[in-house]
Order: sequence, then C-alpha cells, then structure tokens
Amino acid sequence: MNLVTLAWKNSVNRPLNLLMSIILFALGVGLISFLLLVNQQLKDKFDRNLAEIDLVVGAKGSPLQLILCSMYHIDNPTGNIPIEKARPILREGHPLIKTAIPLSLGDNYKSFRIIGTNHNILPLYDASLAEGNLWQKDLDVVIGQSVARETGMKIGSTFHSSHGFADDEDLAHDHASFRVTGVLLESGTVLDQLILTNTASVWMVHDHQEAMADSTQGSHAVHGHHVGSEKDHPAHDNSNADLLSHPDKEITSILVQYKSRTNFQALNFGRNINENTDLQAASPAIEMNRLYSMLGIGTDALYSLALLIAFVSALSIFISLYKSMKERKYELALIRVMGAGRSTLFSLIILEGLFLSFMGWVAGLIISHGAMQWLSVYLLEDFRYRFTGWLWLPEETWIFLFSLALGLLAALIPAIQAARTDIHTTLAEK
Amino acid sequence: MVTTSQLSFSYPGRAKISFPDISCSEKEILLVLGTSGVGKTTLLHLMGGLLSLQEGDISIKGQRLAAMSAADRDRFRGRHIGIVFQQHHFVESLNVLENCLLAQKLAGFAPDKSKAIELLDRLNMSTLGNAQIKNLSQGEKQRVAIARALMNTPAFILADEPTSALDDQNCHEVLHLLQEQAARANAALVIVTHDNRLKEIIANRVTLEKS
Repeated sequence: MNLVTLAWKNSVNRPLNLLMSIILFALGVGLISFLLLVNQQLKDKFDRNLAEIDLVVGAKGSPLQLILCSMYHIDNPTGNIPIEKARPILREGHPLIKTAIPLSLGDNYKSFRIIGTNHNILPLYDASLAEGNLWQKDLDVVIGQSVARETGMKIGSTFHSSHGFADDEDLAHDHASFRVTGVLLESGTVLDQLILTNTASVWMVHDHQEAMADSTQGSHAVHGHHVGSEKDHPAHDNSNADLLSHPDKEITSILVQYKSRTNFQALNFGRNINENTDLQAASPAIEMNRLYSMLGIGTDALYSLALLIAFVSALSIFISLYKSMKERKYELALIRVMGAGRSTLFSLIILEGLFLSFMGWVAGLIISHGAMQWLSVYLLEDFRYRFTGWLWLPEETWIFLFSLALGLLAALIPAIQAARTDIHTTLAEK
Repeated sequence: MVTTSQLSFSYPGRAKISFPDISCSEKEILLVLGTSGVGKTTLLHLMGGLLSLQEGDISIKGQRLAAMSAADRDRFRGRHIGIVFQQHHFVESLNVLENCLLAQKLAGFAPDKSKAIELLDRLNMSTLGNAQIKNLSQGEKQRVAIARALMNTPAFILADEPTSALDDQNCHEVLHLLQEQAARANAALVIVTHDNRLKEIIANRVTLEKS
C-alpha cells in the first residue's frame, strides 16, 4: 500500500468521474494524434511521389486534377492529348527537357491502374525489379509490389483488364490478355500500386473496345488490323520516337524533368504551353502547395478544436479533483493524522491527476491508431494508398508529455488545497 | 507515559483556555471530562499533535512535542499516537484491511498484513478484512477505527467521545475493548468525553471547567 497504489485506487473509486475525464481527454488527445497520423502519412506519400517531376503536361482542365491523376493516380484524367500536339515535348533533343515520360491511362485490373509508358519511369521513382524482366512486347506488364501482394499475381500470370479505374466485371475487356513479366521491389511510391506496360498495349485494348462498340455490324477490320500490326511490330521500342511515328494516336499526359530547374526559360516553359497551345502544363510543386494550403485550413480548424477539447478535459479533471477535495476532506485530514506530511497529500493529488491524464492518453491513442487502422482499409479500397495505424510518430512523444503536463496543471490547485488541509479545523468541524 | 504541563491555548480573538496538568502512565486509563465548549477538542488535538502548542508542553514517551518541527510532529504522531475519533473517517477507496495497512505505511513502517489480520481477529472482525468501508455498520466502523489506531503499537491511545453515541450495553463493550487493547499494547489510554456513564466505571479522571 504505497502512495501510487493509493492514488490509483482513489482514481478508480469514482467510476463516473473517471469515465467522464477519460472520455474527454481521450477525444482531445485522440483527435490530435489522428490528425498527425493522417497528415504525416499523406504528406509522406505525396512527397515520395514528387519524384523530381518538374512539370506535367496533359489535356486542358483542372491543373490539380492533372497532377493528382498523373502523379498520384487518384483522380481521373483531364482527357487525352494527340501525340501530334505533344510532339515538341516528346521529341529528342529538346534544349530544356531532360526526360519526358508519356503516360496512357484508361484501364485497371482489380482497381489497380494500368499505365502505358516507357522504361524511363523506373529511374524516375528509383524503382527496380525484384524479379523478372521489364516489358518488351505488347501486353507484357510489370507490376508493383502492392499489386503482386494483393492480386497474388506472379511472373507468367495473365489477366484481362477492365475499362476505367474501378474494378467492374461488366467492363472487362475480353480479348486482350496481359502477361506479367516482372515484379518491382517496394519503392514506397505510387509505382507500388501500378501495372506498367507499353503505350501500344493501352491503345490496343482500347481500340479493340471502341471497335467492339462500333462493330455491331461486324466490322472486324480494326480488330484484324491490330492483330496484323502486332505481327508487323512485335516489339515497340518504347522510345518517344516510336510514339511520334503514330501521330494520330493519343496519350494521357507527359511527366517532364528539366535539365536545369533554375533555367529562366524553363521557368516560362509551362506558361508558354498554357498560353500558346491546346495543352495544359501544371507544376507539381505549385499545385501540391495549393492543395496543402487548402487542406491546411481544415486541419488547422480541427487542431484548434482538438486543443480546445484537450483543455476542456483538463478543466474536467480539475473540477473532478476539486470537488473530491470537498468530499474527501476528512479522508485527507485522516491521512495526515496517520503521519503523512503536507507534501504527501500534495503528491497524492498530483498523482491522481497524472493517472487520469495517463489513462486518457492511453484511451486517446487507442482511439486514434485504431481509427487510422480501421480507416486504412477503406483508403486502400478507394485510393489504393496504404495507410497504417501501427505507426509511432515522434510527435506522439510530445503528445504524451503534453497530456501529463495537462494532468499536472489540472491537479495543481486541488493538490495545493489538499496540502493546506488543516487537521485541527477539519476534524473539529465534525 | 504522557504528561502535560502548563498547557494553555487561545484562538484568535477568543479568551485563553488553560488546562490542568495531566498525567497518564502505561496501561492506565484517564478520563478527561467536561461539558461542551470547555476546550475538550482543543486539548485532544493538542495532545494528539494535531494542533501546534502555544504555551506549555506535552511529553509522550519522554519526547517533548514543543521541541518538534511540524514535520517531526507528523511523523511522531503516526508512529506513537493512536487516535480513535468520534466520527469514523476512512479512506473510502480502500477496504478494511488496506485501511489498517495504510496506517503503517503512512507512519513509515513496512506493512504487516498478519498483524492487521490478528488485530481484526481480536476485534471479532476477521471476516470483514476485504469489506468496503461503506458497507460497514457504525459499530463495525468503530472496531476498525480501534484496530487502525493500534496498528503501530502506539505508546499513547487517544479516544474522542468513543461511547457517547452508544447505548449502555455497547458503551460498556467499547470501553472494555479499548481498555483491553490498550493494556495489551502497553499504552496509556486517554478518553476525552462528556459521557457521564464512564465516570462510574473509571476512577482516574480530570474534569475541565470554564476558566
């Protein structure tokens, strides 16, 4: 029976007060910690996927949408662009551009997006093969680690894609069958959840589908043409020059890396595209900052709310302890009669405050991490982004200290009051 | 052995109360009688070390209370003085046994569970060790209070109106209990009361009068 056990037993002796304090405290702490978890993981994912891409060029529309679609693969494309129009950007030897990587979207397999692109996309994200080879022929694909893990596909697996970005059996393309030739190592980037192939493969499944839609009257010519072209060009060489030999075809967007970011002309490059062409150029840095600042207003409001709840909960601990000082004044006097000094009573009440805030902190942590984990299932389904609740952020150590400080603060006045207990006057009152 | 000498006390703005010198040896019982308002509680609190001395001195077991600092007095009280109050206050969050052990802990002794059980047993409370305080009857509470006062084998047991709320039969029982336990603990027992029934039983007494 030491002071700590006594403080503990006193804390749990009034279950309703205890519950009230803990719930309020847990709400405040839980909300702060949850916001931290979401923000941190979101920012981390966004930052990893910046991949030193300086510019994204695509069809006119919302620049943010273009970025979200082409770099984060969470929104729909703004449209497609004809290769002819993109020729200046795709051609070799552009004075400003180091790399220009074409992306063609439009299909998915079990809601993992199939991206038609070239091999240069791998070094962009520092990705490398875990096993197998890169795609060489049409309909060869390399899958990200998450795709492999969740679909169970291995090298040699084949699959049919479905149209659009949501898994839908009705929209499955029946004829073209993709074959897995390689699996990527986990890179922590968006490549983990993508299926990569060459641009021609995306055209192939799509032209085929359009042909099917058009060909109720049996115009199988397009189909035939494509089978033929596959024979004629068994391997697209994946170069931009190869793309440029199909000027009538379309791609979705182009990821651009400049030779020098600080080049004056490079700074004006995007604006020139926007003002003088039918294309749209969007800067990831600018758009993401815009997104952060928009989200920031919301998170700031939530943080303020969480802080408010935390302080209200401290107030509730204070009131609960303060009230109990009155109910327990004989008890406190008695503890002094039995030989305890003033400092013992002070410590006892401080310990009770710390216990309450500690339990609130634990409950808050369980709430926030549990909610994050619970939510991650839905985030994975909807966005193919992997979040986790089993993550300890350094900031959470501060939340812990902050919680204890709040508990200490709330217990301070009641503790001083307890230390001042005058045995004689209290007991003489009767 | 407890003695007081030249004790007097005055509350702010009130007349000074002077107390007669008192002496009570080991195994002895002393009755301090007096009507309401003559300073019984004040004397009890002074002797129990709950109230700082103003004039005069109290010696318990050869130690002078006047010479002690407040912190020393807290410790001395916990170790050597057992007080049984008229109102039975306990730590509500602890059970009967834990309340007894708390007395040892707060006095700085290692908790001795077997001693607590033995004391409760002696007071016919052995089955109630794990009971919550709020579930006890008044009589049971009084017994626990006595057990708790005896936990540290005090040299001096102070009882405040232990019998005034009791009927004749219980009055005798409690008195007997206190007497017996004080004797077994080799303690001096001082009972402060206005209960005239005790006069007939205990010869050794001091009566406080309005000064």
